[in-house]
Amino acid sequence: MKKDRSMELQKEMIGAHFKRLERAPETGEKVVYTFVPGNLTELIRSFGALPLLPEINALQSGMRGKSKGYIAEAEKAGHSADVCTYVKADIGMLMSGNIGPTGTKLPPPDLLLLSYTGCYTFMKWFELLREQYKCPTVFLQVPYQGDGRLAPEHRAYMEKQLREDVIPALEQITGRAYDPEKLKANLALSAQAEEDLVAVLNSAKQKPSPIDSYFGAVYYVGPIFSAFRGTPEGVEYYRALREEVEERNAAGIGPETPSGRLDDQKFRIVVEGPPNWTSFREFWQMFSDEGAVVVASTYTKVGGTYDYGFRHDPGDPLGTMADYCGGCYTNHNLPDRIDMLVDYIREYEADGFLINSVKSCNSFSAGQLLILREVEKRTGIPGGFIESDLVDPRYFSAANIKNRLESYFQMLRERRAGGVAVTPAGGEVRP
Amino acid sequence: MTTPVSAPFPTSRAGIVELARELYEDLDMGSVRAWLAEAPGRHAAGYLPVYVPREVIHAAGMLPVGIHGGGSMEIIRGDAYYQSYICHLPRSVVELGLTGRLDMLSAMLFPSTCDVIRNLSGMWQILKPDVYVRYVDLPHANHPERAVEFWKGELQHLVTDLSAITGRIVDDDALRASITVYNEMRGLIEEMFEIRRRSPWQIPTEELYLLLRAGELLPVERWNLLARGYLAATQAEPGRSRDNARVVVVGAFCEQPPLGLIKTIERAGCYIVDDDLLLGNRMIRGPVSLEGDPLQALSRGLLHQGRKSSVFYEPDPLGKGRLMAERVEAAEADGIIFAAPSFCDPALLDRPMLRAGAEAAGIPCIAFKYAENSGQFQQFREQAGTFSDSIKLWVGTRAEQMLRQAAAPAGGAK
Repeated sequence: MKKDRSMELQKEMIGAHFKRLERAPETGEKVVYTFVPGNLTELIRSFGALPLLPEINALQSGMRGKSKGYIAEAEKAGHSADVCTYVKADIGMLMSGNIGPTGTKLPPPDLLLLSYTGCYTFMKWFELLREQYKCPTVFLQVPYQGDGRLAPEHRAYMEKQLREDVIPALEQITGRAYDPEKLKANLALSAQAEEDLVAVLNSAKQKPSPIDSYFGAVYYVGPIFSAFRGTPEGVEYYRALREEVEERNAAGIGPETPSGRLDDQKFRIVVEGPPNWTSFREFWQMFSDEGAVVVASTYTKVGGTYDYGFRHDPGDPLGTMADYCGGCYTNHNLPDRIDMLVDYIREYEADGFLINSVKSCNSFSAGQLLILREVEKRTGIPGGFIESDLVDPRYFSAANIKNRLESYFQMLRERRAGGVAVTPAGGEVRP
Repeated sequence: MTTPVSAPFPTSRAGIVELARELYEDLDMGSVRAWLAEAPGRHAAGYLPVYVPREVIHAAGMLPVGIHGGGSMEIIRGDAYYQSYICHLPRSVVELGLTGRLDMLSAMLFPSTCDVIRNLSGMWQILKPDVYVRYVDLPHANHPERAVEFWKGELQHLVTDLSAITGRIVDDDALRASITVYNEMRGLIEEMFEIRRRSPWQIPTEELYLLLRAGELLPVERWNLLARGYLAATQAEPGRSRDNARVVVVGAFCEQPPLGLIKTIERAGCYIVDDDLLLGNRMIRGPVSLEGDPLQALSRGLLHQGRKSSVFYEPDPLGKGRLMAERVEAAEADGIIFAAPSFCDPALLDRPMLRAGAEAAGIPCIAFKYAENSGQFQQFREQAGTFSDSIKLWVGTRAEQMLRQAAAPAGGAK
């Protein structure tokens, strides 16, 4: 598959970051493990510390064919077959020498920053890592938006925890004083990158779409979801990515896919749920071979719902971090998630929507069958439902998934041939 | 709340247990419906495991109703809402909801036990738009005083919302009155647990469990009477000790095991002397203070007198490793049975940490998984029976060890 320039740039950035992480024990740079949803990269960086995200390591292990062995190690050590495979891939990697996705040895954490955002498992994950690393842990409770909004008192609670728990913990491990000006500067860089990312995601409203907003966009969100939000490298990456996508858009061409450049886009699809990482390319090709392009996805919002207008605000550093954490996709209640999918189907003029339900992630998966029904009811668009896992290859049945996808796209074709059109508003119209 | 006018409870132990069993088996929750029908304008609020502040529901004039799934009921519609890899509890809760069995509830509270229950709160908002739904975000004690403030705010929110449903003004006196009756309940439960710990043959866990399940349905004032009656009856029939191992059952705090599984463990030669079953009703240890602001007191009760559980963050880095040894010591147990529902994130993610701590302390352990509708108990009987035998043969029960120590010559054997 032909690689975009931005992919090469990202590879260099990530490679350099992991080299720096590997050298951290010698250079004395402090390492903070944290999670993608609710990550506080700008704050961590403002103390000169390096973020490291175990979910990213786990998914990279999945893509590089390592996760199967790691999961087996963890299960041999007593971790249940029933629980999240990200956790087991991470624990297994640790048990196997902690060699990270780029082949470099990962440093132990100086601090586990448990930003408890939208996922119960996060809490257990870091309790488990704490048993291994015996390092300090700081806990940030991010209240869930059960009522569909971030209540002012919840925002205030998070600000207080940031001020009185998280910042002192970072001061303690780095030996540096909190520098609000540095944080503000980082947040300003974040906002610039976020603006460019949203322009990239919105480009999928064009026909043909110059991007794939699921398989392609997981690369696009990589830097902003991980170590590069609030950095000059992040700003540079998103500027380059935006230019690249705008060029494609101006030329009226589609994204590179495993089936080649996808200009002839037969189906515009919205996807809910994380991808499978162990057979990522094969999974993508099941879409691209059918001429299906994903125009919007919810997974690419787990690290922030920027397309709904949120930007980090340097004028209110702690408040904006609270807003950010509260607004990550899996911290929204089910009715909100349904609204988001309905919005996407309408705004991106989608022909269909698919749910990839992953065994590992109850935060995403519990309730998805109701989401399917409700979105179908409200849009008149038929949904598809497939099941796999994040990084456990035992739960990716290629033949079964391909069969389901082929049937689904066949149904969309017949629907179209039968004269069932879809209005831009998403409502079904029969002639 | 006034005690409802109802028929007097039976006084015999068998009669009390039978009443509790009838309540347990009645998936239509006739007792709740009867209570609502006794006086116009009454309301009931359902809640899922593990913990909600029942005092607040009670003070708002509502009957708190524990929703603990459907046991072995046939699931027809609930399965259509869940993938095969999600635990059984939410399926049966949806089944209960869609078959009208929960229609008498004006409110449903979903505590932050796990992501499945969290997401069920959103599903309920869609499936039951006329019911008040609240996701109850429990506090985590990284910094207890900050968490107290947060939790007090959540309690105040509940007070405001629930009193809007019932039209009852919830003042400090009403809250203190509710705390008082729940303090009484906590005291009775602690007394029953202590008797079971000392002499488990006197209060078998099957009976204790049925009593506690009754407490999830009856008005607290009525349950307190029932519990007193039961305690009096057990004094009259203390039972006879058997040569059983003493075990702590860990992990069954959310989806409840079938009653048959509890019986099976005990019949296989294990006295359950501590457990996590229906943990919410003893999440707060001891009485909640009646001094000062009652919401502050309730909040402090949970944060400062709270039991350790997989549902909450453990701020002490050594806490998970120590917990099993502490519980085994407190219960004077011989071993641990880790019994978790299949696909239960809180119990199963915690298990490696808890088990490592137990094994480091030399505590014998076994582990298995169940579902609320598990119907075959043979494998559990064999596991529990073998476990009990192995403790007796190779380790010795705590009682035997004490006897050996007592018989040893002073200064120890050379």
